[in-house]
Amino acid sequence: MQPIDTAAVQEALNRFANRDVYIHLETTNGAYASHHNEGFYSVGAYIRNACIRFTRGKITGPGPYRVGLKLDLGWVYAEGLTHWEWTEKGQLLLAGHDDQGKLAVALELSDEPFV
Amino acid sequence: MNERHVLVVFPHPDDEAFGVSGTIAEHAQNGTPVTYACLTLGEMGRNMGVPPFANRETLPHIRKQELEEACRILGIHDLRLLGYRDKTVEFEDEEELADRIAAIVAETNPSLVITFYPGYSVHPDHDACGAAVIRALKRWPKEERPTVHCVAFAKNCEQDLGQPDVVRDVSSVIDTKLAAIRAHRSQTEGLMQAASKRGDALAWLKTERFWTYRWDD
Repeated sequence: MQPIDTAAVQEALNRFANRDVYIHLETTNGAYASHHNEGFYSVGAYIRNACIRFTRGKITGPGPYRVGLKLDLGWVYAEGLTHWEWTEKGQLLLAGHDDQGKLAVALELSDEPFV
Repeated sequence: MNERHVLVVFPHPDDEAFGVSGTIAEHAQNGTPVTYACLTLGEMGRNMGVPPFANRETLPHIRKQELEEACRILGIHDLRLLGYRDKTVEFEDEEELADRIAAIVAETNPSLVITFYPGYSVHPDHDACGAAVIRALKRWPKEERPTVHCVAFAKNCEQDLGQPDVVRDVSSVIDTKLAAIRAHRSQTEGLMQAASKRGDALAWLKTERFWTYRWDD
């Protein structure tokens, strides 16, 4: 993946607007966070291959970046994004890596379901 | 020590690397066939390489290749990929999961099974994997069941289970073990770099510890 180029990511987000798209959205601090640090409150959530339609998608922030996707009846939101990739399959992959390079957040869009 | 067949059941492609791969290498070098049933491809791992070379979508392909390479190094000729998804094992139907494992047990007829100790293995996939193995093996009469050596590393495992009753010195195969660990490059490179800076990696890796599962039925 490459460090986020906001103009390129914005252009990619625009390509997915106003049509059915599959989303992978995830945050994680890892299954071992509370094991390594007992006071740490471990949380995580992911959704994979939900089909959504958004009218406007925007990337903001000085970096790490935030993305918001405005749905007819709600929102999709992710923060802490640092890297992006446009795949051969025409998927937009966004991820946020911590200072050790570990994935902490991911937001991905695809016309076809993720395998 | 000479087993008829060893069956290893873990949920993630690198679960065997640090705690069990020396034992596996020794069995393989003794000519004992080893079957490794791996439940997922570790699709949801956080480690993407140092610096990152994987992403969420390429990670399963990379980890599958890494696992195949680790198996080649260790002398595992029978790798079964069960096709579950990382972080979801505990939500699967427990009987169906046990069916899949019982079928492999029936086919390979192992004298030793290696898995995680249910309830003492920290990651929910580890605990669910160990529980499924125990559930599967309980379908056999107690006297016909293989020995089960469990890996455990929860903070309370020694308090509850006592000291591990199987402690193996795997120094004689340490080079093979290190190669197998390095094969899981996306997951282990950062850890090994940190351990090598601390200088304590080898002592830690030369010993493998297991708790023999105590049947409760």
